[in-house]
Amino acid sequence: MEDILARYNYWIYVLLMMIGLYAMIAKNNLYKKVIGMSIFQTAIIVFYVSIAAKEGATIPIIQGAHGAGLVPAIDPAVYVNPLPHVLMLTAIVVGVSTLGVALAVILRIYRQYGTVEEDRILEKLR
Amino acid sequence: MIGPEQYPAVMIVVPLLAAFAINLAGLIDRRFCYPLLLLALGVAAAAALAVLGQVMRDGPISYRLGGWPPPMGIEYVVDHLNGLVLVVTCVVAFLAAVYSKRSVERELPDKIPYFYTLFILAVTGLLGMTITGDAFNLYVLMEITALTNYALIAAGRADRAPMASFTYIIIGTIGASFYLLGVGHLYIMTGSLNMADLRTILPELYTTHAVIASFIILLLGLWIKMAFFPLHGWLPNAYTHAPTATGCLIAPLVTKVSVYIMARLMFSVYSPEFSYRVFGPAEPVVWMAVAAIVAGSLMALAQKDFKKMLTYLIVAEVGYMVGGLWLANRYGITGAVLHIVNDALMTLCLFFTAGIVVYKMKGHAFTDLRGLFRKMPLTMAAFTVGALSMIGVPPTAGFFSKWYLLLGAIEAGQWGFMAALLFSSLINAVLFFKVIEIAYFEPCGVQHGHDGGQAAAHDVIAVDEAPFSMLAPLVLVSAALLAIGIYSGSLVTNIIQYAVPAGF
Amino acid sequence: METMVSIKPLLAVLVSLAAVAPIAFSGSRPNRREGWTFGAGIIKLALILSMLPTVLAGGEIRYTVAELLPGLAIAFRVDGLGMLFALVASSLWLVTSAYSIGYMRGLKEHSQTRYFAFFAVALSATIGVAFAANLFTLYLFYEMLSLATYPLVTHHQDHEARLAGRRYLAYILGTSIAFVLPAMVIVYQQAGSLDFVRGGFLAGAGLSPALLGLLFFLFVFGFAKAAIMPFHAWLPAAMVAPTPVSALLHAVAVVKVGVFAIFRIVTGVFGPDLLRELGLGQWLAILAAITILVASLIALSQDGLKRRLAFSTIGQLSYIILGAALLSPKGMTGGLVHIGMHAYGKITLFFCAGAIFVATGLKNISDLDGIGKRMPVTMAAFFVGSLSVIGLPPTGGFFSKWYLLQGTLQAEQQVMLFVLLSSSLLNAAYFLPIVYRAFFCPPAECRVHGPLREAPLWCVVPLVVTALCSIGLFFYPDLFRRLAEIGLGL
Repeated sequence: MEDILARYNYWIYVLLMMIGLYAMIAKNNLYKKVIGMSIFQTAIIVFYVSIAAKEGATIPIIQGAHGAGLVPAIDPAVYVNPLPHVLMLTAIVVGVSTLGVALAVILRIYRQYGTVEEDRILEKLR
Repeated sequence: MIGPEQYPAVMIVVPLLAAFAINLAGLIDRRFCYPLLLLALGVAAAAALAVLGQVMRDGPISYRLGGWPPPMGIEYVVDHLNGLVLVVTCVVAFLAAVYSKRSVERELPDKIPYFYTLFILAVTGLLGMTITGDAFNLYVLMEITALTNYALIAAGRADRAPMASFTYIIIGTIGASFYLLGVGHLYIMTGSLNMADLRTILPELYTTHAVIASFIILLLGLWIKMAFFPLHGWLPNAYTHAPTATGCLIAPLVTKVSVYIMARLMFSVYSPEFSYRVFGPAEPVVWMAVAAIVAGSLMALAQKDFKKMLTYLIVAEVGYMVGGLWLANRYGITGAVLHIVNDALMTLCLFFTAGIVVYKMKGHAFTDLRGLFRKMPLTMAAFTVGALSMIGVPPTAGFFSKWYLLLGAIEAGQWGFMAALLFSSLINAVLFFKVIEIAYFEPCGVQHGHDGGQAAAHDVIAVDEAPFSMLAPLVLVSAALLAIGIYSGSLVTNIIQYAVPAGF
Repeated sequence: METMVSIKPLLAVLVSLAAVAPIAFSGSRPNRREGWTFGAGIIKLALILSMLPTVLAGGEIRYTVAELLPGLAIAFRVDGLGMLFALVASSLWLVTSAYSIGYMRGLKEHSQTRYFAFFAVALSATIGVAFAANLFTLYLFYEMLSLATYPLVTHHQDHEARLAGRRYLAYILGTSIAFVLPAMVIVYQQAGSLDFVRGGFLAGAGLSPALLGLLFFLFVFGFAKAAIMPFHAWLPAAMVAPTPVSALLHAVAVVKVGVFAIFRIVTGVFGPDLLRELGLGQWLAILAAITILVASLIALSQDGLKRRLAFSTIGQLSYIILGAALLSPKGMTGGLVHIGMHAYGKITLFFCAGAIFVATGLKNISDLDGIGKRMPVTMAAFFVGSLSVIGLPPTGGFFSKWYLLQGTLQAEQQVMLFVLLSSSLLNAAYFLPIVYRAFFCPPAECRVHGPLREAPLWCVVPLVVTALCSIGLFFYPDLFRRLAEIGLGL
């Protein structure tokens, strides 16, 4: 039981992922699908960021090191892992671009069919 | 100057910069775009060939971006496997670019600069995916490819294109996100993102749940990207309704590069031992491949639209490659890698033909194919070579990859896979001869022959060949199918046999 | 046995391929176009004849074109068997080309350029099969032949041709992909090689009898051009083709490629000893016998002249296969010689059928009463051709049938003796009445009246030539016999 509660970050991301997946599949409105997609991607971002955290660690900026020249050796365990954050910056950008493209396509769909409800569009396609 | 050791970077940087150049040049005059496109792709192709030559001479190359050492920096690694895929990608992209001129002018006249920008960005993404040695960098480039693909597909005037693209966005994002998730699991367990580094760290961790889970998640993500049955739902619509030039670029390449990535993960990140033994027996995947081949072939049979039929054939061909890789023997892997090359060319040949049909006949249903042997003899002759290659008639290329896959299936005792391969050959024969029949027999079923004077009726359909910029690449590709078929042996002994992991 | 290396086999195959482009470009000048066909045919025959002395002396000519994959090479080997088949095919191509001129121009057929071009490709593939040194090369040219003959079979491009073309490909391409390809792959995987070796190479490969049996029947049924039942239905369907196509391809080239391939399997892959040991020869003989009898019976019921000839061909092909199945020296020699004898006889019959069609437009046997009075030369040749197929002297067919009968006794298969004799009776029953009624029908029943009006000269001369050859082969069968015996190592 302890283990399960201790890994709450994983549960959160799984939950978010499932919400996103549900929205993508079950929702009819194209915007809601895109929101689901965004939630899905965000869940993964949450996952990465959460694994970077350490108990009792501080933000990864060396104190007073700006313009200081040589800096004494640091203990990495005291700082939060910055790499996943950096990776997720990229992933966020990717997510935003995907969002942009998806919205542009929805705009195009709306102009063409006059609706953004999937079932009505499929009817028109038939 | 830029020496040969910079060529790996050249292959990515030149198309990337060319994307901006094309966009800017397009603001000045649309006609600059096409030559710039060809120039950039030509340079990339030359670099790819040079790099492959170097790999063949000296062995795998490692290139550090910015000089930063791995595992901190991003590394590009070129060995025989991805050297070959790089060359194929560049050549196919170049030919598709040459071909695209007329169809883009006809289908998207007001969007030429944007289309070509996206086109070359997509190629950049594909090349980057192939050449990178860093797992996260691969995700970024995978998404570059995917995003440009979404836009390229939605660009057309066809009314079904946007919806097809939207479905692809949703499903493709799931796939890419799974990939990211899998990489995340690997990172948690190993702390590294560099593929070679992962290879050395992972072995102690092979039996942990996280690593096994990461493999499964990665596989699922890649299977979505390569449209492996039953995760193929996005492909038929997306590729059918895309503009012609888009189809000719992405249909031959995107799924094959995804197959390559799966092979790279299976062999270079996780070792073959893990993939085939620790992860679990490889047979279930081969059975899934059997299902893919059978389902793809049967669904292709059910189509009334020529282009859609071709897309279902892609699904079946992916089954060939996945099955070949998971046969876990030298023949199977050789066959799968050879099939990556062959299928890229075959798909290109078929989509070129479909594009010419669309250009001339304004449609791609079977009814638009009537009488084409008379109207476009060269086009249809080249198409016939592609069709024979799909069926697997020697000496076209398709026969030889099928030969290796059959040998691999027998050696692995996978009779189901062997039966599926033969079944698919037969179905392909039926499909393509259906098409050839429609194109060969006259549209109105006029009675010919014995009564004199009917000979004149044949001259009613005049020869109206495809334009040169579309015909030349098509003829080149069909000639390549024959040449590669005949030189399959050299291809295997000089390149592919080194791409197969040691110990097989 | 000396082995020479010479590029001649490759040249013999390529010469007609090289003629395709000139033929295609001379479309507007028919005489020049036909000139290219004749030129290629003469060069091809000359090349083949130039290799004849070496083969007759017991030697072989080899040439490896390219090794496409390790163990998979395009290679040629000219031995007795191949030389026999190649001689028959190439000599008859010349005759058929002459006949084609008469036929196609007589009927003012369309797309003659395409016709002659694909004919050249088909002959190239036929010689390729004849000279194939291994299973892969044979398979390659076998498929090439199937594809090259499709436009010829569907030449008329009407609805009937379309359906016939489908059936043709379904049987021929379908069986080769579904049966021959997997069998070939398994043989390669187990034995490591596909080269034909006299006496077979599978004996030492350690395959189980069950697998060997399976492979044997995959090959036998896979080479459906041999028209063993039940994969024979493509032959009658292919009769929609113009008659020269039916004559050369479906009496000589395509069908003989099928039985030739089976002969190669029997002698070069499995070997007579292995087959005798496994008892597979017996099974093949039974299949052949059934085909012979059933085909002959069906032929009796056919009214269409070409259809009757088609079923007769199916039966005659199984004679050849029976010869192979007997696994006895005389039997196998007889089967091989029958490739040649049947070719000359049957082509005469087809030529006559076509000549009748060109001259009168008639296709059915029931309409042919009294035609002998109008076309005596044609019907006389028809008579000679039927004698050859029935196996009566003074035609070549007698010789091969005599050997086959001796072969059955040599192999102690008296049942087969009975099968051969009864089928000869059936052959007589479905050929001789045609001749009789053509010449001797009572005036009231004669359907065809009118003065003497033979078919065009370009049609009549070839059929007279082949009829005379059939008679000539009776007196000079030694060339074929010698080649067969050399090829079999006797």
